Amino acid sequence: MSKYQYVPEPALVKGDHDFASITHLVTDVNLRPTPKAWYLLMLPANALLGLLLASIGYLIWEGTGIWGLNNPVGWGWAIINFVWWVGIGHAGSLISAILFLFRQDWRTAINRFAEAMTIFAVMCALIFPGIHVGRIWVIYWVFPIPNQMGMWPNFNSPLLWDVFAVSTYFTVSLLFWYVGLVPDLATLRDKASDKIRQIGYGLFSLGWNGSNRHWWNYEKAYMILAGLATPLVLSVHTIVSFDFAVSVIPGWHTTIFPPYFVAGAIFSGFAMVLTLMIITRKVYGMEDIMTNDHMEKMNIIIMVTGSMVGFAYMMEFFIAWYSGVEYEKAIFILRATGPYAWAYWIMMACNVISPQFFWSKKLRTNVTFTFIISIVVNIGMWFERFVITVTSLANDYLPSSWDYYSPTIWDALTYIGTFGLFGTMFLLFLRFLPMIAIAEVKAVLPQADPHNYDEHGTYHAPVEEIPEHVTVAKPKNA
Amino acid sequence: MSAETKKMYGILAEFNNPRELIDVSKKVVELGYDKFDTYSPFPIHGIDKAMKLEKSKLGWIVLGHGLLGFTAAISMMYFMSVIDYPLNISGKPFFNAPAWVPVTFELTILLSAFGAVFGMFFLNGLPRLNHPLFTIERFKRSTDDKFFVCIEAADSKFHADQVHEFFKEAGAAHIEEVYE
Repeated sequence: MSKYQYVPEPALVKGDHDFASITHLVTDVNLRPTPKAWYLLMLPANALLGLLLASIGYLIWEGTGIWGLNNPVGWGWAIINFVWWVGIGHAGSLISAILFLFRQDWRTAINRFAEAMTIFAVMCALIFPGIHVGRIWVIYWVFPIPNQMGMWPNFNSPLLWDVFAVSTYFTVSLLFWYVGLVPDLATLRDKASDKIRQIGYGLFSLGWNGSNRHWWNYEKAYMILAGLATPLVLSVHTIVSFDFAVSVIPGWHTTIFPPYFVAGAIFSGFAMVLTLMIITRKVYGMEDIMTNDHMEKMNIIIMVTGSMVGFAYMMEFFIAWYSGVEYEKAIFILRATGPYAWAYWIMMACNVISPQFFWSKKLRTNVTFTFIISIVVNIGMWFERFVITVTSLANDYLPSSWDYYSPTIWDALTYIGTFGLFGTMFLLFLRFLPMIAIAEVKAVLPQADPHNYDEHGTYHAPVEEIPEHVTVAKPKNA
Repeated sequence: MSAETKKMYGILAEFNNPRELIDVSKKVVELGYDKFDTYSPFPIHGIDKAMKLEKSKLGWIVLGHGLLGFTAAISMMYFMSVIDYPLNISGKPFFNAPAWVPVTFELTILLSAFGAVFGMFFLNGLPRLNHPLFTIERFKRSTDDKFFVCIEAADSKFHADQVHEFFKEAGAAHIEEVYE
């Protein structure tokens, strides 16, 4: 009798599903009449979107003076919200690209969903650098296109790198998402019974017909895109962190920023995927595909990246002391005890303590608990960006120029408004596009593997080979 | 218009599972047909070997685009910051290679991704508005739960009777002629 237990890999799709039932389960959401609840949710989402447009309009009319920025603090909620939304986006690319390269088949249930979240989150993020420049009508100066001054962008500036990084990230994420969608749009085209849907889905599926000669190139393209998106997603938040790290402000000028930002981005992104997934799978009855096993695996990733973030917080403190730089030491002590200590301790509680609960199997498989933690994590990550941005600017080298920063109502309304944009886009996605990668989920069913059929073409469910002298653990969440 | 006056595109056979599709693909290749294709709702493990598909050329397209992105980024920055309008920014060199890494990297990735996506559609002959197979009502299930093989009339070895016979022996669930 060994002390080790054999843990069987849980089935990726629960329930008694075959290819046709998966197709029906997913496409029915798009093909049946719009439920009333969808309109009820669309209403507040559109109202918030209107609020966003109104606050942007007022900002352009009146200028950035409507925000709470003051003399030392020239970067406020705009950059905080930008970093926060971009960070959330990272989970989608991690799920679609990095987990694909690691052959994590469980990603198929959530990748479509998470990639959609990425795209909408990056849209929300891109608003802020766009509008915060003051003179939005000359925003094209950030691009290398000829202008009346005959000047070109400064390629030594991290802010310019950001323009290239985030716009490339958005474009590549969109392409990756669309490539994944094409076969599923073809499924919708073939399932649709009315002319409008047949033409609409038909146009966007580009004439896909499931040819295996096409799949052959398609799989190659998907793998290459995953290989390209992996360094890309790591580079994006690295470059976002350069916005801070390349300057010589105390608390910003550190080499730990790139890995620490990337870990934080994945941490908050997975939390956002969970928040959305837990609601959506309940509403649309997708619990057979987005199972509790998925939730548990994502919680483990949250725990790992959350611990990395916690480690980074401690490392920053240590290096501040070890560097011997007065200003560096002072800013870290001020963060924990100074005027923004309240924000610092919210951040510590949400980001360092809350993910540690997931060491307990009972808690990380509990849906309600996961939902609460997923929201707590994103509150914490917002405050992390607040602490980094505001404390370092408000209390830098010269105490005589220190000032306290408070946002105005317009800061808050713009931020709340971005949830309207996100919500509107997400509801449109749920209504009109397949929320689960149908073809990919079918490909990980045991019925998809030709080896599970005998020579007469009869299906035999695979039998798990259990090593001798080993006890078998109870199946997870049976 | 009667079936006789239309040009035949090929003969389509329907199968129920991926194993049958792999088996029949092997036989089609053995018989020496080369203008044929198989259709399935998802990519099937091992079908490339059964159909004797050649390695996809997509990698070369992506490499070409990646190199183009790399070169374009470096030349753009060199032209703008060294030749056309050099600016002295805190005494840094005009050709500031380390600072140019992020933009070069991003443009290389961007162009490679364009190469991967548009190259894939180009190799597949997509987008395409119509296809003879779309006239077949049953073929709609090729994106749902059925597996199809079509031997095309353009194949030099194509004889309608022989193909019918072959599919019947192979155990096809349904056989249908496709016209353009």
